[in-house]
Amino acid sequence: MATSLQNAPETTGSAARRPTLSERQKVAIVTVSVLAVVTAVAALRAGSSTVLVQALVTGVLTGGIYSLVAMGLTLIYGVLHIINFANGALVALAMYLTFVTVDTMGVHPYTALLVVVPAMGVLGALLQTSLLNPVMRAPIQIQLLVTIGLALAIENVLLLVFGPTPRSVQLPGNVGVSILGATVELSRIYAFVGALVLVAILSLVLQRTAIGTSIRAVAANPEGARLVGINTKSIYSVTFALGAMAAGAAGVLVAPFTTIEPTSGAIFNLTAFVVVVLGGMGNIPGALVGGLVVGLTEQLAGLILPDESPLLAVFVVFLIVLFIRPKGVFGRAS
Amino acid sequence: MTAVLEATGISKSFRGLQALRGVDISVEEGQILGVIGANGAGKTTLFNCITGNFPPTSGTVRLDGADVTGQPAHKLAHRGMVRTFQLMRPFHTMTVLENVEIAAMSRGARGGTARREAGETVERTGLGEWADQLSGSLPAAMQKRLELARALAMRPRVLLLDEVLAGLVPAERAPVLDLLENLRDTEGMTMVFIEHIMAAVRRLSDHVVMMDSGAVLATGSADEVLTDPQVVEAYLGKEASDA
Repeated sequence: MATSLQNAPETTGSAARRPTLSERQKVAIVTVSVLAVVTAVAALRAGSSTVLVQALVTGVLTGGIYSLVAMGLTLIYGVLHIINFANGALVALAMYLTFVTVDTMGVHPYTALLVVVPAMGVLGALLQTSLLNPVMRAPIQIQLLVTIGLALAIENVLLLVFGPTPRSVQLPGNVGVSILGATVELSRIYAFVGALVLVAILSLVLQRTAIGTSIRAVAANPEGARLVGINTKSIYSVTFALGAMAAGAAGVLVAPFTTIEPTSGAIFNLTAFVVVVLGGMGNIPGALVGGLVVGLTEQLAGLILPDESPLLAVFVVFLIVLFIRPKGVFGRAS
Repeated sequence: MTAVLEATGISKSFRGLQALRGVDISVEEGQILGVIGANGAGKTTLFNCITGNFPPTSGTVRLDGADVTGQPAHKLAHRGMVRTFQLMRPFHTMTVLENVEIAAMSRGARGGTARREAGETVERTGLGEWADQLSGSLPAAMQKRLELARALAMRPRVLLLDEVLAGLVPAERAPVLDLLENLRDTEGMTMVFIEHIMAAVRRLSDHVVMMDSGAVLATGSADEVLTDPQVVEAYLGKEASDA
């Protein structure tokens, strides 16, 4: 069963059926065929298999990174129904925390996970408790403004503390390796594996733990959850904490191959949003697939239309998907 | 006999609109209190004030003698004050069994125990054959039962039911009424229920409170209240002749 927090309309009846296996297979077949056709066209344009393989491998790895960044966004949306525009800023914050940890303690960058992830969790819980819980019943634009304000605040605090000078984190032994003839940095492969592990961990937490069950209950129906004695505000805080921890893990994992600046997270924000919508808002494995689709689209489009911004193709795909399946490619049918 | 639930002088106003005006209700151990009244009389608002959906503007709610006024719904649910809503609130992305299991888990039951207890409650409420269905896809009548099943899995001290029969055809009402009667007879479950269907009110209620315009208009046994001339005039005129 997919770990989806997505909220289908509340209902009496036919809504919210689990998509049948055949429906899922259909979606998978269409997605794979479209990607195959695009790949074939790209192959013709590229004229060299090395270039094509490089694009595919880079696409998959970059896609994994997009998924990683989108994970916290989709979790928070699935439960709180808030689009967290501060997600990118949280990722940037995590990159700086990684930089500081590595710089002051001289540890291996991935060791920073042990510091950054819990710190981001505590921060996330505090942010939800102090800023967002008071406006949970307010109109959606109020919540959006809070998260946008939060993003600006985080970015400017980073600017104030670290200045505009770009920082970087060196990963020892971060050499290029060859995969099927394509060359990629090890750090990107680690980040990709990290995305897979994060999906697995989040899915396990949501499906197999008592707190995860409570989170799913609140996502499905907060009032119903209160009826069975679940403190929805605490669950909101726990969820935002988990979302911030996911952003934290993403920040640590991308730090070795990203230029660290206060606005570094902003570039991920838009892409992550597309990934979340493609994957079905609130659907965690969906975010992984959505990320891969976006990563591949970007790279293959770069081959087909070398003079255009790769984002053009991403948004064309985004619009087509919204038009055909507004719930997202892997969203529940309702 | 001591009152399990006692609400005194409950008033509630929403920006100047006086929805409740000093309502008193009380229900003793093992008894069933029926709350009747026209739409807009304040019945659901009273439930909302009692069960912590929002605090009353004034008045006191006591559960087993302890003042619980204004405590949030989730805390009250743990203390044994459990309610259902007129509009169902299932966890639509989960199966019927999982819905009930969550209530059992919330009480502290874990793993196999929670699942076993949930299974028993699902059987008892006649949802056995629906156990593995997604709750969002259930027919309305079954969602009503699920709402009840989830409430029962909380092992309530007092159960507040908001129009648990609404939207059900007569053939669907009978088993629900039988279940409620059975709960009272076998477990001595204390209940307060809002209902428009007078046959059900007569059959289940030990006491009846008739509300009108946010206040209690009459109180007493079902027979006393339902034959009170004021009540007949204010509310029952039509339904009494239909019954």
